[in-house]
Amino acid sequence: MIHPWVPSANEDDRKYMLKKIGVRTPLDLYRDVPSKLLLDKPPKIGFGKSLSEFEIRRIVESYLRKNKVFLDPPPFMGGGLCFHVVPAAVKYIISRGEFYTAYTPYQPEINQGLLQALFEYQSLIADLFEMDVVNASMYDMSTAVAEAFLMAVRVTKKKKILVPATMHPEHLSVAKTWLFGKGIKIEQISFNSETGEINLMELERKLQSNDVAAVYIENPSSLGFIERNVEAISDLAHKHGALFIAGVDPLSLGLIKPPGRYNADIAVAEGQSLGLGLNYGGPLLGIFAVKWDRRLIRQMPGRLIGLTQTVDGKERGFVMILQTREQHIKREKATSNITTNEALMAIAAAVYLSLLGREGIRKISRIIWLRSHYAAKRLSEIGVRAPYFNNEFFKEFVAVFPVPYRKIHRALLEKNILGGLPLDKWCPWIGPNAALFCVTEAHSMRDIDLLVDVLNEIIGRVK
Amino acid sequence: MVEGWRQARWREPLIYELNSVKAKRIGFIIPYADEEEKLVKIVGKPEEKLGTMYRDTPPELPSLSEVEVVRHYVRLTQMSYGVDVGPVPLGSCTMKFNPKICEELASDPRLVNLHPYQDEDTVQGLLEMLYLLERWLAELTGMDRCSLQPPAGAAGELAGALMIKKYHLDRGENRDEMLVPDSAHGTNPASAAMAGFKVVRIPTSEKGTIDLEALRSAVSERTAGLMLTNPNTLGVFEEDILEVAKIVHDVGGLLYYDGANLNAIMGIVRPGDMGFDIVHLNIHKTFAAPHGGGGPGAGVVCAKGELVDYLPRPLIEFDGRKYYWDYTCKKCIGRIRAYYGNIIPLVKAFIYIAMLGPEGLREAALQSVINTNYFIALLKDVQDYALPFDPQRPRKHEVVYTAEPLKKATGVTAEDVAKALLDHGLHAPTIYFPPIVNEALMIEFTESEPRENIEFYAKTLKEIAKMSHESPQRIKSCPHNTSVGRLDMRYANHPKTVTPTYRVYRRRVKGEKLVL
Repeated sequence: MIHPWVPSANEDDRKYMLKKIGVRTPLDLYRDVPSKLLLDKPPKIGFGKSLSEFEIRRIVESYLRKNKVFLDPPPFMGGGLCFHVVPAAVKYIISRGEFYTAYTPYQPEINQGLLQALFEYQSLIADLFEMDVVNASMYDMSTAVAEAFLMAVRVTKKKKILVPATMHPEHLSVAKTWLFGKGIKIEQISFNSETGEINLMELERKLQSNDVAAVYIENPSSLGFIERNVEAISDLAHKHGALFIAGVDPLSLGLIKPPGRYNADIAVAEGQSLGLGLNYGGPLLGIFAVKWDRRLIRQMPGRLIGLTQTVDGKERGFVMILQTREQHIKREKATSNITTNEALMAIAAAVYLSLLGREGIRKISRIIWLRSHYAAKRLSEIGVRAPYFNNEFFKEFVAVFPVPYRKIHRALLEKNILGGLPLDKWCPWIGPNAALFCVTEAHSMRDIDLLVDVLNEIIGRVK
Repeated sequence: MVEGWRQARWREPLIYELNSVKAKRIGFIIPYADEEEKLVKIVGKPEEKLGTMYRDTPPELPSLSEVEVVRHYVRLTQMSYGVDVGPVPLGSCTMKFNPKICEELASDPRLVNLHPYQDEDTVQGLLEMLYLLERWLAELTGMDRCSLQPPAGAAGELAGALMIKKYHLDRGENRDEMLVPDSAHGTNPASAAMAGFKVVRIPTSEKGTIDLEALRSAVSERTAGLMLTNPNTLGVFEEDILEVAKIVHDVGGLLYYDGANLNAIMGIVRPGDMGFDIVHLNIHKTFAAPHGGGGPGAGVVCAKGELVDYLPRPLIEFDGRKYYWDYTCKKCIGRIRAYYGNIIPLVKAFIYIAMLGPEGLREAALQSVINTNYFIALLKDVQDYALPFDPQRPRKHEVVYTAEPLKKATGVTAEDVAKALLDHGLHAPTIYFPPIVNEALMIEFTESEPRENIEFYAKTLKEIAKMSHESPQRIKSCPHNTSVGRLDMRYANHPKTVTPTYRVYRRRVKGEKLVL
């Protein structure tokens, strides 16, 4: 067989190499495999034969044609991931083969560029969050949350985590999976039904037993509202020896107070909004940051890149640091099993934040706030309760319709509009009429007006 | 490959140090920004409404134009090294070529713009591809079903370890010991520990395979399972695998297959036939999705028989008319990450498998093994690098040498050899792993490396050995041809100088004493 990806599989090379090895056929190299295990025919995979580029292109095209992409207007769907604009320069940089075909930079001298880009990612996030130490990425926000909980248990030696009842349901379910093996309990704190904010009395009561490893909040919450009592929650947690963990939206931080400012010990986030695309939910980017505190940094999961110098002290350079926390050295005593992470997505985020810059981050946060508020206001004018909570919000908000939302959602699809996320399954207590909308920098006033007009017409029809 | 290689040496400033004149520049225009004033008139000013939650000082980000940002990161790519630049024979990492067609098709807007909560009838094309991919991966591993959820190999391992835990608990058994060979990847014991197991190490025999006697005496009613990779990290096939499976199964334990080394046997032998109950795959190793400088990958986890019930949900299903996600979870461990998996790398694997086809996949596996053994043949008479554990036995996807003889004779270590290789434009092998081999050089060429490059690699290793005898200091001072010379790991990790971000750097410059 001759194939472009297997250079030496041709007859000439193969004959030469097998002769040098001293065997007759390639299968002689499998002589130690029990013969009854060797397959006698090729596996039933693919389309029964090898395919050329042109052939696979046509096949993939036939599948992709069946996917429906919403770009005019962009999706209004929330749920932790929203449609954001991806600058061409971001795609260009992460499409460079020197980056995307590299391995983890175990040999720093030959991968300075990769290491510096990751160091810059860590640094840009540190400044955005006002946290001091950021790792080189987790898989996504859900696993960053789970790792933060595990870390809190290691740091405090306590075994209970308190979370808001409004927490992102998938993040909660992932955290439960990750904590199951260690028998760590997660308890939910009820919320103020008017504002959505955490019930401070209940929080304080649950902290009294002093067996809580961490208090987690989302800010903004997965339902969009802002948790304004962050300082009080932070103080309560610390008073009872628990860590305070904040989940944030990076693109809100040009406008909203960063987690470092309200004394979060650990901050986590989903980095998808920083130039990644939706990717049907993966790959994403789990952001993980801690403040400068010896006992926290030593217990961090994941890879860290640090600044150093050449052994002769003459030049600056970058290397992986504090590796004694990691699995390849510490094995079962490692702070986490994570190895492969989302490095290329972290670089995308670094390029994105570099392009956005100090002016851009302020502007984009502000414009997202303005647009989402405009959408909520327009919706409330046609008899939709939006936002559902009487509270400030950012980007996502709950809208409650006078009729069951699923019907409306299907009618929107017929008009080529991807509406809000139906909340009947995601957040059952809120009822079948509710949906989670997301409005970003990508939605013009015209897009929003179009949505509202179409909704108005649908509601009239469905009623 | 040619002599006289040089890497770009830009001495590139940090992104923060560009725009030294501190001018207000922007790199990206926010859409419809002209509507801002109009919007403010309608909904008011956020800074007034947010009250105490308003951020009053902007983050310390740089201010740069697109021109400066693109040049900066392009220069950084020029000081980086991946498979597109030259050989990266890192053992156990399976650094094969990443086909360009996979990159192109997987970046289609009809994939990257899909929202994970989009209605299933609007993503039928993608779901069909994922459905087929799952069938193919089940076939290749000899398993019944696969969950596409885990985002990386280690997450697949954690899923597998949790499945084992829950399986035993559901049967009323609290088995708390996970057996892991001492040659295993570090992720195996780390994942087992995260799932709450006590890790029991099983030694390696002189043959380079798991010590059967030690295994027999380690198993008990406390044994939850054994995590094993086959071929193992020495590149040796566990020939007693059927006996190993029997020993573990006889005491009620389960067998977990770490798929990191599947490349040598894909389409030739299947873990399911060897007796494994659960398998994870590294899509970014075996199935040519790129490593991305550390990620993203994908770590599909597969199971057979009653263990299918324990796989992370949702699973991809087809009811004869439409493809859909099945969330039914009676016994499952739940979700291992949000949404469905790292979809983009999975699509790349779909394309890779479809293009190679049944014969091609097998040929790739065979060639990877030929490449390893050809390299061994080239190093046959070299005394400075020894082949531990039965040198007569063929290796599979990789081979582990020890530079111990070289070190004893010259003082030159495996790390020094690695740095000297860099000077020839060759990426170093994995070094000091597995931990059971001193001064280990773990080498995996995969099927992608042409014969001449393997010859050049062997020749270079011989030259480094020769030079080590003549002038060890010259080797110890390497590398010279890379973007920077050898870096100070002590300075990097010292409590007083450790600098994980520019923020910490700035705080130190301002006079704060930050000690770790």
